[in-house]
Amino acid sequence: MEAVDNTPETYGVLAEYETPEALLDAAEKAYAAGYRKIDAYSPYPIEGLAEVMGVKKTILPALVLGAGLTGAIGGYLMQYVPSVILYPLNVGARPLNSWPAFIPISFEVAILLAASTAVIGMIALNGLPRPYHPLFNAESFERATQDRFFLCIEADDTQFDSAAVQTFLESTTPISITEVEA
Amino acid sequence: MADANNHKQQPDNDGQDHLIGPGHDIRSIDDSIGGIVLEQRHPASWLFAFAVGSALFMVFLTSTAYLILKGVGIWGINIPVAWGWAIINFVWWVGIGHAGTLISAILLLFHQDWRTSINRFAEAMTLFAVACASLFPLLHLGRPWLFYFIMPYPNTMGMWPQFRSPLAWDVFAVNTYATVSALFWYVGLVPDLATMRDRAKNRITQVACGIASLGWRGSARHWFRYEMAYLLLAGLATPLVVSVHSIVSYDFAVSLIPGWHTTVFPPYFVAGAVFSGFAMVMTLMIPIRKLYGLEDFITMRHINNMAKITLATGLIVAYGYSMEFFVGWYSGHEEEQFMLMNRVTGYYWYVFAALILCNVLTTQLLWFRSIRQNLVALFIISIIINIGMWLERYLIVITSLHADFLPSSWGTYHGTIWDWTLYIGTIGFFVVLLLVFIRFLPMISMFEMKHLHHKLQHKAKH
Repeated sequence: MEAVDNTPETYGVLAEYETPEALLDAAEKAYAAGYRKIDAYSPYPIEGLAEVMGVKKTILPALVLGAGLTGAIGGYLMQYVPSVILYPLNVGARPLNSWPAFIPISFEVAILLAASTAVIGMIALNGLPRPYHPLFNAESFERATQDRFFLCIEADDTQFDSAAVQTFLESTTPISITEVEA
Repeated sequence: MADANNHKQQPDNDGQDHLIGPGHDIRSIDDSIGGIVLEQRHPASWLFAFAVGSALFMVFLTSTAYLILKGVGIWGINIPVAWGWAIINFVWWVGIGHAGTLISAILLLFHQDWRTSINRFAEAMTLFAVACASLFPLLHLGRPWLFYFIMPYPNTMGMWPQFRSPLAWDVFAVNTYATVSALFWYVGLVPDLATMRDRAKNRITQVACGIASLGWRGSARHWFRYEMAYLLLAGLATPLVVSVHSIVSYDFAVSLIPGWHTTVFPPYFVAGAVFSGFAMVMTLMIPIRKLYGLEDFITMRHINNMAKITLATGLIVAYGYSMEFFVGWYSGHEEEQFMLMNRVTGYYWYVFAALILCNVLTTQLLWFRSIRQNLVALFIISIIINIGMWLERYLIVITSLHADFLPSSWGTYHGTIWDWTLYIGTIGFFVVLLLVFIRFLPMISMFEMKHLHHKLQHKAKH
């Protein structure tokens, strides 16, 4: 019988910082040091943090624009088809395709689809909902949503070596460093 | 310029010019706001208010049950006044909702940082006000369970909605508004729910907040998309809120009735909506900040700013009233002129007098800084404005309908006891929803307050 390997695999090494400035600085250094599988965690959004980790843009605005246009055209057709083809009502010989009257609903449907896409798209692109995450194993991590700032260098980074990463993170003067189990 | 500098150098007497009271750090922000929910620090008056709200909600249920049993004949509506309190209350409630979207979306786009401590609460107010509003057209249908007839779907009757009617536009506008407001509110709540999950001591709260927060962990990559989504939502909600009350005004303006058929309606309705909405925010905020000790977060500066917006929109509303009279005179339209004279001196003259007293004269008090800093005075003024805005819709609906083109079909209208009970009942419904919200969710956005705190500190350093 083969021996079961009980040593947990590592998700990454997590460093904890007191201030957003320290985290921003550390994230910048980590990216400069060549680490790419990194992520930072903070209780509120920090300007420029994602950018220093190489996140440049998101597809979200394009999705929202697409949804808005789809909504506008779809909303118009939703009115055009019944009013002109399925149930034409001749009221005083006014045109069946009375487009000015169709604008309000087209607009509302466009907003509805665009706004829903902004929310659902954001959640989906973020990989949420995800009630469990390895980082939640780190005891200090519950403060990531409260008053502490974290940087994690993940184990699937090509450069990852636990000892080297720990030494690197030491140089960024964190409050604590934890190795997180996967 | 000199004035602005001078203002900044003033000693901070009781923190009047602060957005956040002195001595707070990001931990104490969580404690003060999240603690209310997690430690259930509620004043005894919560229970009292809940009891009153529930009692009124019972009145609503009774009134609705009797309405469904008997039909809309129990209301005061007649011919010629076929639209009575139901439409008045609908417009009143939708209008109140508009302040919430203005605060959360428009002020965000204008970088008004002071919106941060009131946006969550105001958005909740929007949601609940829209919930109350939508009940009225629904119940006015007579057979509310057939409401889906207004939606376009293939059916065995072979019928389709009349899309050229503002009433059909209204359905789409109000439903979109309710959905987008709910999305906006929920997205704002997600990071706070994660904070609650991590702070909670008991298992039920942890699991409930854990599910509701979608497993939010504050990742920078997530925040990046989150902020983008929030900005996009604000950009979409801004034209939406303007469109909603414009469309509500089309319910009137697209008709031919004197007093309704006027192009000033959309902007004047939107301004009136924001006016009544801010009045309602003040009516609710002033007691709540006191009872919950939130003076450090909803400071006198917030109150002052809200009073100023109320004044500004109140002036636009007053301008709208005067334009109605000007256009009536300038148009040379006989029925329009009769209608306006009839409003001022006719059967319903007292409604017009009360309206001017509430909305135009009382509002002028807000020019004075001493009034804007006096919470009792502001509370009373805000209630007067709420009443005034209700009277405005009463005036628009009733006086226009009761005497239009044909003198032979003139009539009068008064609400019955069932109109009263349904209206007061929805106030109970609103109060109950609001109190439940305060009890179980953080009423001020914690993460945005922490963000604001950081920004303010950053500014102070430079």
